[in-house]
Amino acid sequence: MKMPQEIKKASTMNLIAVAILLGAIAWLGFAQVFSSYIVGIFWLSCIGIIMATSLNLTNGFLGQMALGHAGFMLIGAYTSALLSLAMVRADVLAGDGVQQLIRFVICLVASALLAGLFGILVGIPALRLRGDYLAIITLGFGEIIRVVIQGIPWAGADGLGQGSASPVLYKTGLGFNNATKSHYMFFIALLTVLCVAVILTFIRSRFGRAIISIRDDEIASAASGIDTTFYKVMGFAFSAMFAGIAGSIFAACYSSLNTGNMGFMASVNYFVMVVFGGMGSITGSIVAAIGLTTLNEALRSFDEYRMLVYSVVLVLMMIFRPTGLMGTYEFSLTKTLGRFRGKGAGKKQEEEVQA
Amino acid sequence: MSEFIQQAINGLRMGSVYALIALGYTMVYGIIRLINFAHGDFIMVGAYTMIFVIPVMLGFGLPAWTAVAAAVIVASAVGVTTEAVAYRPVRKRGTRMSALITAIAMSLFLENLAQVLFTSNPRVIKASIFSLPAVQIGAVKIDGTTLATIAIAAVTMVGLQLFIHKTKMGRAMRAVSEDKQASILMGINVNRTITLTFAIGSALAAVAALMYCAQYPSVMPTMGSMLGLKAFVAAVLGGIGIMPGAMLGGLTIGLVESLSKAYSATLTGGIITSAFSDAVVFGILIIVLLVKPAGILGKNQGEKV
Repeated sequence: MKMPQEIKKASTMNLIAVAILLGAIAWLGFAQVFSSYIVGIFWLSCIGIIMATSLNLTNGFLGQMALGHAGFMLIGAYTSALLSLAMVRADVLAGDGVQQLIRFVICLVASALLAGLFGILVGIPALRLRGDYLAIITLGFGEIIRVVIQGIPWAGADGLGQGSASPVLYKTGLGFNNATKSHYMFFIALLTVLCVAVILTFIRSRFGRAIISIRDDEIASAASGIDTTFYKVMGFAFSAMFAGIAGSIFAACYSSLNTGNMGFMASVNYFVMVVFGGMGSITGSIVAAIGLTTLNEALRSFDEYRMLVYSVVLVLMMIFRPTGLMGTYEFSLTKTLGRFRGKGAGKKQEEEVQA
Repeated sequence: MSEFIQQAINGLRMGSVYALIALGYTMVYGIIRLINFAHGDFIMVGAYTMIFVIPVMLGFGLPAWTAVAAAVIVASAVGVTTEAVAYRPVRKRGTRMSALITAIAMSLFLENLAQVLFTSNPRVIKASIFSLPAVQIGAVKIDGTTLATIAIAAVTMVGLQLFIHKTKMGRAMRAVSEDKQASILMGINVNRTITLTFAIGSALAAVAALMYCAQYPSVMPTMGSMLGLKAFVAAVLGGIGIMPGAMLGGLTIGLVESLSKAYSATLTGGIITSAFSDAVVFGILIIVLLVKPAGILGKNQGEKV
């Protein structure tokens, strides 16, 4: 049993650390310290973190290989963009500043809900399958989502033009301008922290434990009274919901939307993040998302060699370290601090986690 | 009516290409239970080989299609190397998940290698690959390329069936796919059999590349991915691991794709247009996996506890 006082102490410390981090980002963002290039990388990293951690939920903790995660992101992005466009045209909350932020939040919530709904719709049939078949069927669903969105006349032709959006949706249309993007850095960071926190809590709740037990042995968990279908679909839909949120942020980040950006290759990209970081390690996904996003931008000029190197590293990793960089390791602030102070607090906690 | 037959014949042509590719998927899956994501890229390898060899062949005064020999050799070499360098070490120590990830990585590797070597701009095969006259049957006109494609596919499939059922190596392949451990005990060299499977599968992909390029002569690094995915759908549709299933599935997918492209807009009053034809193919996959996951010719197997 954990001591309540210890939990209290740990969560206070974590809250303080997060608050300091967010405060710093807010200050830097409002002061517009960074160039638009760095701000762009920051936004993309946050999107990457949300995508990778949520995909890790399916791939690492649920143990089901899903290859269509970008499809849900696409749903989120288009929902957000179209809704925002509609609101601006109807002159609802069409202004700048606070109105813009509220509009963004409304779109975000709508995206999350719709992507989650599609997660349930896709999940119910898809999760009847396992392993290779599931990988293929999710890939198929991802492609269907992409092709259908591309083909819908009012998503394509009217307003978003042939699958790509007219510039500016959040200002007078789609996408924040650079100054706004810098101002909203703290908000995006807050969203990311919230998403990761919710995913972590989910994994550590009884739902999460049920999901992990399904990964380890589906038949045994069914025999122990776990409704495997329900929990699998729930985990899948939950993960899709976060992909929708990431998509919504993505739509706000760019001045145009294109279904081509979120096809199979995008799914693979996020999948690579999860595998690099370690399937079953949220810490790993976060590190890999930040690292790979930054690397992607830094190596823009070597774009063609980049994927070549990734694929080789991926193969080598599967041969020599199939668990990914972090395995199932999770970073813990209290544990690390405890180790620094040499009180052995970390060790105690580790034992408790195992017990 | 004659238009319908025309569309159906087009479907058969595309379907025979899918069938050959699907055979490669199904053979590899049957023997090592791995979806070889890189299989589609073996087609691309074959197509690029032909780009370079066709002018040479024409220079020798040979017809353009003879370049397929070189394509078969190169694609087989790439297939066997992929197996030996990437799949085998992972198979030895990893799980099925890591094998699948390796397959995706190899697919990425081949595509991006081609992009580095040949750039992403499509290259066009200028020579016409089959110069055969068209055949007129009633109101239906079948062009030479279509005839040649269907004929080559038929010959290849019959040859493959004979090989699998009549030769010793074919028997070894069937044995390994049925029970790997037992076939080791029977003195079958499993690794060599797997290598052979990859070689044949990739060779089939190269032949498919010839047939595909005869109709659509534009070659680019990512050409294999969609083609491979659809052929995989075909393999699953027929029942993965079952060779006649792959042929049946391939032809079905080809027919459905061609007919849905032609008629879906008129049948649904313009709601489902030809832009959705890829979605239709994946839709079929989803329906099959839900109704009969083992495929048309497959048998359902319960899970052992």
